[in-house]
Amino acid sequence: MVKIVDAPEGYGGQGFFATSFDKVIGLARANSLWPLPFATSCCGIEFMATMGATYDLARFGSERMSFSPRQSDLLIVAGTISKKLGPVLKQVYDQMAEPKWVLSVGACASSGGIFDTYSVLQGIDHVIPVDVYVPGCPPRPEQIIEGVLKIQELAKNESLRRRDSPEYKKMLESYNIETVDK
Amino acid sequence: MSEVDIRKQAAVLASTETIDGEIATLNLGPTHPATHGIFQNILQVDGERILSAEQTVGYIHRAFEKLSERRPYNQITPITDRLNYCSSPINNIGWHMTVEKLIGADIPKRVDYMRVIMMELARIADHLVCNSVIGVDTGALTGFTYMFQEREKIYDIYEEICGARLTTNVGRIGGFDRDFNEALITKLRDFLKEFPAKFDEFCSLLERNRIFMDRTIGAGPISAERAMQYSFAGPNLRATGVDYDVRVMSPYSSYEDFDFIVPVGTEGDTYDRFMVRQQEIRESLKIIEQALENMPEGNYHADIPDFYLPPKEEVYSSMEALIYHFKIVMGETPIPKGEVYFSVEGGNGELGYYLVSDGGRTPYRLHFRRPCFIYYQAYPEMITGSLLSDAILTMSSMNVIAGELDA
Amino acid sequence: MSKTVEAYIEEINKDFSSIDLSVDDYGMHNAVVAKNEIHGVMEKLKEAGFNFLTDLTGSHYPENEGQEFQVVYHLHHFYNNLRIRLKVNLSKDDLEVPSVTDLYAGANWMERETFDFYGIQFSNHPNLSRILNVDDMDYHPMRKEFALEDETREDKEDKYFGR
Repeated sequence: MVKIVDAPEGYGGQGFFATSFDKVIGLARANSLWPLPFATSCCGIEFMATMGATYDLARFGSERMSFSPRQSDLLIVAGTISKKLGPVLKQVYDQMAEPKWVLSVGACASSGGIFDTYSVLQGIDHVIPVDVYVPGCPPRPEQIIEGVLKIQELAKNESLRRRDSPEYKKMLESYNIETVDK
Repeated sequence: MSEVDIRKQAAVLASTETIDGEIATLNLGPTHPATHGIFQNILQVDGERILSAEQTVGYIHRAFEKLSERRPYNQITPITDRLNYCSSPINNIGWHMTVEKLIGADIPKRVDYMRVIMMELARIADHLVCNSVIGVDTGALTGFTYMFQEREKIYDIYEEICGARLTTNVGRIGGFDRDFNEALITKLRDFLKEFPAKFDEFCSLLERNRIFMDRTIGAGPISAERAMQYSFAGPNLRATGVDYDVRVMSPYSSYEDFDFIVPVGTEGDTYDRFMVRQQEIRESLKIIEQALENMPEGNYHADIPDFYLPPKEEVYSSMEALIYHFKIVMGETPIPKGEVYFSVEGGNGELGYYLVSDGGRTPYRLHFRRPCFIYYQAYPEMITGSLLSDAILTMSSMNVIAGELDA
Repeated sequence: MSKTVEAYIEEINKDFSSIDLSVDDYGMHNAVVAKNEIHGVMEKLKEAGFNFLTDLTGSHYPENEGQEFQVVYHLHHFYNNLRIRLKVNLSKDDLEVPSVTDLYAGANWMERETFDFYGIQFSNHPNLSRILNVDDMDYHPMRKEFALEDETREDKEDKYFGR
C-alpha cells in the first residue's frame, strides 16, 4: 500500500483541481528535496547509514543524492568544518541555486562540537546561513530524518516571495554572500 | 604497449616542458563524490592519463594532539574514537592498552578475550565499508546497500556493550565497565550464524566478476620495496607481499592464543587490496568464534582502583569507592612518569600511540602514529601514468579515512 | 641467533661518538644522538636492517635549557623484530636537523607535520611547508606557549568552560 502525501486545500471537480500556487509549489518542493551530502567526518558515516536500507531517507523524497551544487536543494553539512574548509563550503553554497536550505548535522557543524581548537570553525553559521541544526555526536539516523522532516515543513510553508525579500537579502549580506540584483 | 612502457612514457611527458596546450590541470576535491573524505589532489592530465599529482590535506585538522594535552587520560578516549571512525573500538582499546602499559597494569584474560571480540568486529565493519565502496566506485551499488545492512547488526552489538553506534568510547582503562550480557551473546551468535552466508553473496557479486577484475587488476600498483620505503602498514602493505601484522609480530591482548592466517597479495594493486580485506574479514570471523568458544571466566576489569572508576552503586554507598571516584574524576591519580610507544593493528595498519607523561593529570605529549597519513603520501607515485578512473579506484582501495589522515 | 639492539649499536658506534643508548622501564631501547650525526646513524641502521620508519615526531620541553625541542624517530627491524627510539635534542636558537627523506620516503610528510607543529627546520627536505594547518598561519601551534583555543573567538566565554 503506497502512502502519498495529502492534497492541499482547494476546489476540485471532474478533471480539475484548483488551489493556490504556494500550496502546490510548497508541496512539490517539500517532498522532493535533493540533498547534497557535504560529509566530512564521522557524521558522514551516520549519514551513509541514514541513506541505507534500515533508515531509508529516500522514502521522504531524497532519492537522488546530487553531488553537483547546481542540481540540489538541500545542503547537508555533516561533520567537522575546519577553517581551511570554510571558503570551500561557502563556495559550494554560493553555487547552489535558489531555493536552497541548509541542514547542519552533528555537534561539530553546529557549534564546533568537542573541538574547541584553533583550527576548527566553531559552527558553520559563521560562514553560511543555516535552517535546521541537528545536535548529536553523531546523531542517530532517526534524528537526521527528523531534521529533514523539519526542513520539509519549512519548505512547505515558505512564502514564494521570501527569497526576493529585503530581509533575506540583508541576511545574505551579513554573511558576505553576494546577491544578484534583478 | 605494455602498462610499464606507458607509465615510462607518461613519466617522460611529465618531465618535459615543451608540450603546450596538451596538459590540463584538473582539481580532484576537496569535495568530490568519489573521494571518500576531504582531501584535494591537483592533477596534471594528458587526456585521461595522469602525469602528476599534487596533494593538499588538512581540511579536517582538528588538533587532536594539542587537545589531548588538555584532557585527563580517561577523557581522551572519545578523541581517539574520531581517528578512524569506521572502526572506533580498535582506537579506544589501543589507547587503553597504552595507558595500561604506562601504569603497568595486569589485565585478566577475560578482558583480553572481550577486547579481541570488539576489535575484530570493528575490523569487519571497517573492511566492509572499504570493500563496498570499491564496488561503488566501479559502479556496483548493490553490494554497498547489502553490506551496510550487516553493519547495522554490528552496531546493534556495539550498543549492547557501550550504548553508541559509531563513536563507541568503549571500555575503560583496565577493562570494561560492564560484562557481556545475555542479549549481546545472543546477538553475537546470530551474527556469526547469519553473516557468512550474506558475505558469500557479496563475494559472489564481485570477487570473480569479469568486469570488476578487469577494472581493478593492475590499477594503482606499488612494489613491496617502495611500500616499505613509504612505511606502509596494514592491508595495503600485505597486498604487496609483506606479511607484517602487529597482532602477530608483537602480540597484545592474548592474540597469540588464536589461530588465524595473515593473507598477503602479490602485485599490490587494487584487486589485491580488495582480496586481502575480504580474506581478513573471514579470518576475523574465525577469531571471534574462537574467542566466544573459549572465553575464560573472570572479572571484566583489572584490579586497579586508582584508575578504574568504581561502579555507581558502590560510589553511593561505600566511602572508599567515593574517594576513588572523586580522585579519578578530578585527576588526582598517581600517573607514573614515563615515555611509552604502543601500537595495535588498526583497520588500516599499525596505529601507534607515543605517550610522554610527566606525572600530571593530562599527558605531556601524545602523538598518534596514523597509518592513513603515512601511506597516503605514496598516492601520486601509485597513480602517475594511469587513467583517471583507476586513480579514483586506487584512492578508495587505500581506505583513506579523513579523520585519521588529518587528526 | 638473532642479534640484539645493543649489538647493532655497537657495530656502528665506532663511527659515531655521540650515541647514548639506554633501556627504559618498558623494554624500549632509547638512543640520544647529536643532530649532526643522526643522518649517518640512520643510514647505517637502515643498512643493518632497520628498514621501517615507524614514526617521526617532535616534542617541546621548554624547561630544558638549551634542549627545548626534540625530534623522536622510531625504527623497526622487521627480520629480528627489534624496535629502537632515536632522539635528537635541539636548542630553540638552532632548530635545524638533516632530513631523512632520502633514506625513508615516508619521512616526507612526517617531517612536514613536525615543522608545521613545532617549527623545526629539516634541511634538504624536498618541500618543507605546512601540511595540516592553513598556509598563512604565522605560528607553530603545538608549542607549549600557545593556547589550544582560537583566542579570537567571541561566542564562547572561557569562564563557562572551566578555563
